[in-house]
Amino acid sequence: MDDVTTGEPLIVLDSVNKWFGPLHVLDDVSLSVGRGEVVVVIGPSGSGKSTLCRTINRLEPINSGTITFDGQALPAEGKPLAKLRSEVGMVFQSFNLFAHKTILENVTLGPVKVRREKPAAARERGLALLDRVGIANQAGKFPAQLSGGQQQRAAIARALAMQPKAMLFDEPTSALDPEMVGEVLDVMTSLARDGMTMVVVTHEMGFARHAANRVIFMADGKLVEDAAPTEFFANPRSERAKDFLSKILTH
Amino acid sequence: MDVFTDPKNFEAYVSGFLWILKLTGASAVCALVLGVLLAAMRVSPVPVLRGFGAGWVNIFRNTPLTLVIFFCYFGLYSTLGLSLSQELDLNRYWLGVIGLSTYTAAFVCEAIRSGINTVPTGQAEAARAIGLSFAQTLRIVVLPQAARSVIAPFGSILIALCKNATIVGTIGLMESSNVMKDLINSYGNAVILIFLVFAGTFAALLIPTGYFFGWLANKLAVKR
Repeated sequence: MDDVTTGEPLIVLDSVNKWFGPLHVLDDVSLSVGRGEVVVVIGPSGSGKSTLCRTINRLEPINSGTITFDGQALPAEGKPLAKLRSEVGMVFQSFNLFAHKTILENVTLGPVKVRREKPAAARERGLALLDRVGIANQAGKFPAQLSGGQQQRAAIARALAMQPKAMLFDEPTSALDPEMVGEVLDVMTSLARDGMTMVVVTHEMGFARHAANRVIFMADGKLVEDAAPTEFFANPRSERAKDFLSKILTH
Repeated sequence: MDVFTDPKNFEAYVSGFLWILKLTGASAVCALVLGVLLAAMRVSPVPVLRGFGAGWVNIFRNTPLTLVIFFCYFGLYSTLGLSLSQELDLNRYWLGVIGLSTYTAAFVCEAIRSGINTVPTGQAEAARAIGLSFAQTLRIVVLPQAARSVIAPFGSILIALCKNATIVGTIGLMESSNVMKDLINSYGNAVILIFLVFAGTFAALLIPTGYFFGWLANKLAVKR
């Protein structure tokens, strides 16, 4: 895939360290993600890839290093942080749709309460987004009434409703039944084609191959490899990555 | 058998329970408001507020209610001169409401906090991730879901509050238990009857309350 990066990078992590007690979960991680770039983060469980993803909108605070989003250092707390979060969409492994709100209310909540958009306008745009992810006919239902794949697509629509500058995906298909993985990956692939900046933590190697600009391989809190997908899958440089790929690609 | 046929006694009986209902109603409202604020403090990111909430709960949950009510009367009123009404009974009533509310708010706070813990952390994370503030996250996403699992414990707290209201009798308000004591003193031959009538009235008020809250909790149970 061509290098789509233009201008200054959108997300920059510089020497980021984080500990959970004695566990060094992010070990001197530096990474930059350009505008429109799709970066897939893979690695064994416990490698810190989810934590890395969650530090970018500060759901996980870091112990040292700096994270810059769109030219600005991440704010520590309060209103500036809330504003930054509203510009970074996040999709979780367990969907986390608001259980007491309908699908449409889930999608319009942010625009109405954070952006102060008019409810009617937010509703119209929300319905268009639900249509885009293929679940417009589920708008009036509650999350528990939807399948996992539908819930995750609704969660993507909820994040998109904020018109984010970048989207973070934290293992978006790991909690799904196998037959529902495809419908979610399809939505993500179309987002990638439309030029959305994406950081995707996933075990879906197919998605990494065909939609990513870069693959990041993490192990033991360290960023071990950073390469184009074709290069990474054909010639992993590190022993750790070779070992990982041999385990997941032999089946 | 003429205890309750004497209109004077009957009137005392009715007004005794009216005091109980008024004490319960006003204290329930105050304790609910106070309890929500305390719970918000206890889950807030501000350490001073968290400490204040924890302090309140630890003090009032672990102090006998009789002491709290005594303090309101002998401390706040007799010593510090806090008078809430010229009328003696009304003054006792409001002092009672203060005592019952501060005490019950500690239990309301803990019920809400455990309700908040039943809401998966992902709900609050998703709320923060779309840019909602702490207050918005609590008000729009967490508390409405916590409320549903808090309904049943609220029922128990309300029932306890109604029975606890009789303790305001210790500072001289002629609520039901004080009326009962007077009647027993005057009608030594009808002790069992008097006791059964007063206990029966409490049961008649509180058993439906319990069922109502149980029904409400089921009705509002959140689907996941």
